[in-house]
Amino acid sequence: MMKRDECLRALARRRTDEIVVAVYMAAQEWINLAPHPLNYTFTGAMGQGSSHALGLALGRPDKRVIVLDGDGSLLMNLGSLVTIANVAPKNLVHCLCQNGTYETNGAVPIPGVGRVDFPALARAAGYPRAYAFDALGDWEQALPALLCEEGPIFVDLHVEPGDTRFPNDFRRLYSVESREAFRRALAAQPMPVGAV
Amino acid sequence: MQATEVLTADAIIHEIKRAGIQFVVALPDATTSHHLLKTLLGDPDLRVVQVCKEDEGVSICSGLFAAGQRALLLIQYTGLLDSLNAVRGTAVELASPVCMMVGLLSKEPGVRPTESASYGVRIVEPVLDAMGVEHALVEDPADVERIVPAIEAAYARMAPTVLLIGREPQ
Repeated sequence: MMKRDECLRALARRRTDEIVVAVYMAAQEWINLAPHPLNYTFTGAMGQGSSHALGLALGRPDKRVIVLDGDGSLLMNLGSLVTIANVAPKNLVHCLCQNGTYETNGAVPIPGVGRVDFPALARAAGYPRAYAFDALGDWEQALPALLCEEGPIFVDLHVEPGDTRFPNDFRRLYSVESREAFRRALAAQPMPVGAV
Repeated sequence: MQATEVLTADAIIHEIKRAGIQFVVALPDATTSHHLLKTLLGDPDLRVVQVCKEDEGVSICSGLFAAGQRALLLIQYTGLLDSLNAVRGTAVELASPVCMMVGLLSKEPGVRPTESASYGVRIVEPVLDAMGVEHALVEDPADVERIVPAIEAAYARMAPTVLLIGREPQ
């Protein structure tokens, strides 16, 4: 099991100009650990992170899109695995921060905790490749290649709360002003002609 | 486009393109599948993304908007009702111009949606009104002229809009 803050810090160290879509606890930590104009937390409703990420990946095929999904969230939108696999965006990395609980909503266990095999679900839905990591060293070692690999890929990250705690700030996560700043930042990096 | 006596898929598609739509995100609806969606699936000018559930589509359209693209979500009214939380959180509260074209399955031709014998059809417009979501009915051939202004207004207001398809386009 990895500490989530350490897991996210490892990703932040390798991040360059990727769009990162993050939800719930991962989002609360990510915006503090890795501030960046291309952080996207504007999902608005639980379970929708992977679908927002697909829209971004389709709209900007020149940019790599990494989504930091949650296990409770993904269980609300399992069909998105099939939708994503069917569209097969080469620029999408679907990471799952699997902590086994609805951590934001009282840390109640998810249904099927310890039994649901998320990478198997992703493979069965049609993701060409799915990986799982529960050791920080393995995750750090694999990151450079994973961030260059052709998508869609699924990455199951077994995490538990880390030692660094940040206040929940849903106002910031779902801020129209911050979303508009994201749009401006992305528009300032125009898509190369012929990228679609 | 030449004026016709019936609502046609070709006229709707013409207006969709005139509104600058590049992506159609869709889940089949009996009202719009046969002529509209199947034609769209073969249209080289538009990319159709098929989803498993309608709320996915709301979010995909929001992501496309954030990425600078224009999208249209083509669904049935039952799927709209099933997606209200995504519309609330993603489109209304986050000010995203999610444009939806929604088939009113089982609505009687010529009958106002609020006067339909179908409970589900009857509640669609009041639900949208309660959410503050703009809507327009596309049922007669001349109604296609509502499509472009509705989409343009959605982008100007940064708010969702719903085009209700009142009968099966031919």
